[in-house]
Amino acid sequence: MLKPEILDPQGRAVQGALGRLGLSGVTDVRQGKQFVIDIDGELDDARRAKLEELASELLSNPVIEDYRMSVVADDEAGA
Amino acid sequence: MSARIGIVSFPGSLDDADAARAVRIAGGEPVALWHGDDDLKKVDAVVLPGGFSYGDYLRCGAIARFAPVMTKVVEAANGGMPVLGICNGFQILCETHLLPGALTRNDHLHFICRDQKLRIENTLSDWTRDFAPGQEIVIPLKNGEGGYVADEATLDRLEAEGRVIARYLDVNPNGSYRDIAGICNERGNVVGLMPHPEHAVEDLTGPSTDGVFFFASALTSLLSGARR
Amino acid sequence: MIDTVERAEQTPEVEQPFGELGLKPDEYQRIRDILERRPTSSELAMYSVMWSEHCSYKSSKVHLRQFGEKKPETDALLVGIGENAGVVDIGDGWAVTFKVESHNHPSYVEPYQGAATGVGGIVRDILSMGARPMAVMDPLRFGPADAEDTKRVLPGVVAGIGGYGNCLGLPNIGGEIVFDDSYLGNPLVNALCVGAMKHEDIHLASAKGVGNLVVLYGARTGGDGIGGVSVLASETFDEEGPAKRPSVQVGDPFMEKLLIESTLEVLKSGLVEGIQDLGGAGISCATSELASNGEGGMHVWLDRVLLRDPTLSPEEILMSESQERMCAIVQPKNIDAFMEHCKKWDVEAVVIGEVTDSGRLTIDWHDERIVDVPPRTVAHEGPVYERPFHRPAWQDSLQADSPDRLQRPVPQEFEQTLLQLVASPNLAGKSWVTDQYDRYVLGNTVLAQPEDSGMVRIDEVTGRGVAISTDCNGRFAKLDPYTGAKLALAESYRNVCATGAIPLAVTNCLNFGSPEDPEVMWQFAEAVRGLADGCQELGTPVTGGNVSFYNQTGETAILPTPVVGVLGVIDDVNRRTPMKWGPDGELIYLLGDTRDEFSGSEWAHLNGHLGGLPPQVDLQRERILGEILVAGSRDGMLTAAHDVSDGGFAMTIVEMALRSGVGARLWLPDDIDPFVQLFAESAGRAVVVVPRTEELRFSEMCGARGISAHRVGVVDSALGPDAGYPEGTQVLQFGEYFTITLDELREVHEQTLPALFS
Repeated sequence: MLKPEILDPQGRAVQGALGRLGLSGVTDVRQGKQFVIDIDGELDDARRAKLEELASELLSNPVIEDYRMSVVADDEAGA
Repeated sequence: MSARIGIVSFPGSLDDADAARAVRIAGGEPVALWHGDDDLKKVDAVVLPGGFSYGDYLRCGAIARFAPVMTKVVEAANGGMPVLGICNGFQILCETHLLPGALTRNDHLHFICRDQKLRIENTLSDWTRDFAPGQEIVIPLKNGEGGYVADEATLDRLEAEGRVIARYLDVNPNGSYRDIAGICNERGNVVGLMPHPEHAVEDLTGPSTDGVFFFASALTSLLSGARR
Repeated sequence: MIDTVERAEQTPEVEQPFGELGLKPDEYQRIRDILERRPTSSELAMYSVMWSEHCSYKSSKVHLRQFGEKKPETDALLVGIGENAGVVDIGDGWAVTFKVESHNHPSYVEPYQGAATGVGGIVRDILSMGARPMAVMDPLRFGPADAEDTKRVLPGVVAGIGGYGNCLGLPNIGGEIVFDDSYLGNPLVNALCVGAMKHEDIHLASAKGVGNLVVLYGARTGGDGIGGVSVLASETFDEEGPAKRPSVQVGDPFMEKLLIESTLEVLKSGLVEGIQDLGGAGISCATSELASNGEGGMHVWLDRVLLRDPTLSPEEILMSESQERMCAIVQPKNIDAFMEHCKKWDVEAVVIGEVTDSGRLTIDWHDERIVDVPPRTVAHEGPVYERPFHRPAWQDSLQADSPDRLQRPVPQEFEQTLLQLVASPNLAGKSWVTDQYDRYVLGNTVLAQPEDSGMVRIDEVTGRGVAISTDCNGRFAKLDPYTGAKLALAESYRNVCATGAIPLAVTNCLNFGSPEDPEVMWQFAEAVRGLADGCQELGTPVTGGNVSFYNQTGETAILPTPVVGVLGVIDDVNRRTPMKWGPDGELIYLLGDTRDEFSGSEWAHLNGHLGGLPPQVDLQRERILGEILVAGSRDGMLTAAHDVSDGGFAMTIVEMALRSGVGARLWLPDDIDPFVQLFAESAGRAVVVVPRTEELRFSEMCGARGISAHRVGVVDSALGPDAGYPEGTQVLQFGEYFTITLDELREVHEQTLPALFS
């Protein structure tokens, strides 16, 4: 997600559209990205650390974006 | 013997041929560099051209930044080699952190192509030394993600250190903070510029020939040995 | 269970959904006759897509023949109709290929992707001729500018064209934006591409050489647009909305950029024997066309196609319209090198078949034969309809309803009339749109919108270049389709000449309503006849084009809209003639004759009137006018030129003044009614600006050629104070009638579109 202090013109445009389409009271909209990464095998500490590293180096730009990572176990995924 | 200026082509780079033409017109020798080779072919300076490297997927320049050639470019830049990033190239330089800040979606959400007036505010960098301080020029601008952003501290620092090399005049075309059109690193050898000087090198095809000076400046830097 | 050929032979009685796939009973029977059995479901899918209107041109073929029959003799044509695009010799060993195509219905459904994939498709057509794509243009038509749906469609279309074209690195050098009631619900998105190559690089779409390999490369195949072609373009939208909602194709311009680079490399390396792009009807089209153009036989292993969606059935794979795919014929000894080039650009490629001499197109799915057909019957011997047509019952009364009955403005109202025209959506400034397009990439754009034609330099050493214009006035075409088509050709021809280029060839995009409506079919027949006759008279052959039928909602068809694109060549782009006039004292001339002709004009349109006969067209005089404009350019007699069209003479002057930022003093000849002089839309006219030193030579040339040349003004930047404005204010002084500042004109001109669409 873009950091709160960074202008998000797309979020703002969506906010306007929601209002025009009849949803009142929308105070803010932020637009971000979601990466769904399927991994074979176990997510051990080493791999987790690598993923964190890549999350902050490749998947997000720490200058302007924050990220949050959550792991969904195999049996919960794929609904 | 003229200076050799490398121009990197990534998959999706578009203005590489135009950058080569600009180098030639300025009197240099353009050298094509391939993103997949970690070889700078002994060039004296590097240009990261405009375009949509990797389709601008993920973020502009985010994938190009990890190309094999970029390891060498970063190394060379840290050693003082002049490096110019134009538009997508500027985005790549920010992603590699050779330059601070980032480029985001234009505030009005449209791609915009216009002849843009700029003021050159730093004439000490390797890519702007041939300009007169405060010189006003007109070169094309064309981008969808050209809004320069950085936190207040960084912006203040850039201003204080005179590292804003060009500023938008008359119209801010993309919402860049402080109307910043281009910046340089502390040393002045790495410059990022959003507008396209390579499209202002012939009266026949551009709004002016003001763009030539960027490339000529690099040649001046290299050939005169006036290095920082 | 897979429907194999064997099964089809054994089960002739099986009911097949040919109707749902768009085939008529007699067409289905013909397939059975050709195959001497019932078709397999894969074969049925192939025939249904390839025999659809969009792919087979079944309703238009009988009329389009005229382009070949009436083809003027010219040395310039290297590749004519029938290939992906026509190729024209422009001298110095250079050849140029260009074509315009439509993507109308998808753009109504999904404006961004519809327009984007339209650009993608036409670029691939040009690429498959062996050319490097150099530029794009987009003739666009929408419903009324203030309609809700136009606000949905226009921004999406513009963003899609920009998004795709900009990412490919192709400059957008021109186009049109036209608004009319009849396009509401049926926007027209026509996309043009022009490419250049050396003569020896021309490639054709044929599969020659038994044993050569058929390679499918580019994006993976998915479920995009399945049924899109036969369903979408052969059905009109009825009042409740699209009856079926097919999956629209989604484009990836980055993949197309990689496709362009890898394709040009393999072509340059001489690794390719034949090449075809995959557009409408995807693999069905590519394989059947390549096979029928070549040795006549091909075998395909369909299971080797790389899939994005592993659940696709063979029928779906055959019909898929996934974008960014090409098909190449490669000799076995070259295949490794070919694959290397693809790998370099990260483009996936797989051998899916080989050329045979069997005379059949056979396709296997995991070793079971699912297709065994004579390829010509699929690709070239589709149904040919002789649709009935007759002149509409209302045509006579429409033509009799002259705009002369409208109240004309008195001289005190001329200024107001001009401002209304300048502000009208059709004539207003289009930079809100065109600023979303990159016109600089490749560094060879010499002229782009709003100039009369888009001009690109082809050879940086010699300065040789080409110019293209696309034009059509649908209102003229409705009043008289035959004349209207000729007028579209004349305007496009004139626009190319105005910039100093010599017209060589024509492409066209014929947008019409339903061919099942005999009145629409009459419009089509007349327009094609007019265009064919016109091309013959002007000596510019039709090299290829596109037909888009079924542009109608319910009973209401669009204005007949035969968009004509003319391509011309200029020896040295440095000599081109722009619109901008130069220093003070230069003389403004009006070439050609002005008549009292307001039928179908913008002025009449603003007064809610469409009726009468369109302006006279005289192609011989257009030809002479064109020669004067070209000679004037080449010999340095002209500073500027601009053709006179929508809005008439006054509008032409306004456009030139705004482009220049400099005012002028105009005087109107006293032998013509001033309203006519200012606003009539007679054809065959242009405004040129001549330096005083060239005046005598230029006017003598016009006199010798028999073209009227009236001196109507002089460039003057110092008129402000005369009219009571501060010094430096730029004004246009229209005789004794009114004086208006450029600032006021500019404000009115530029605010219309942003106010509507921002």
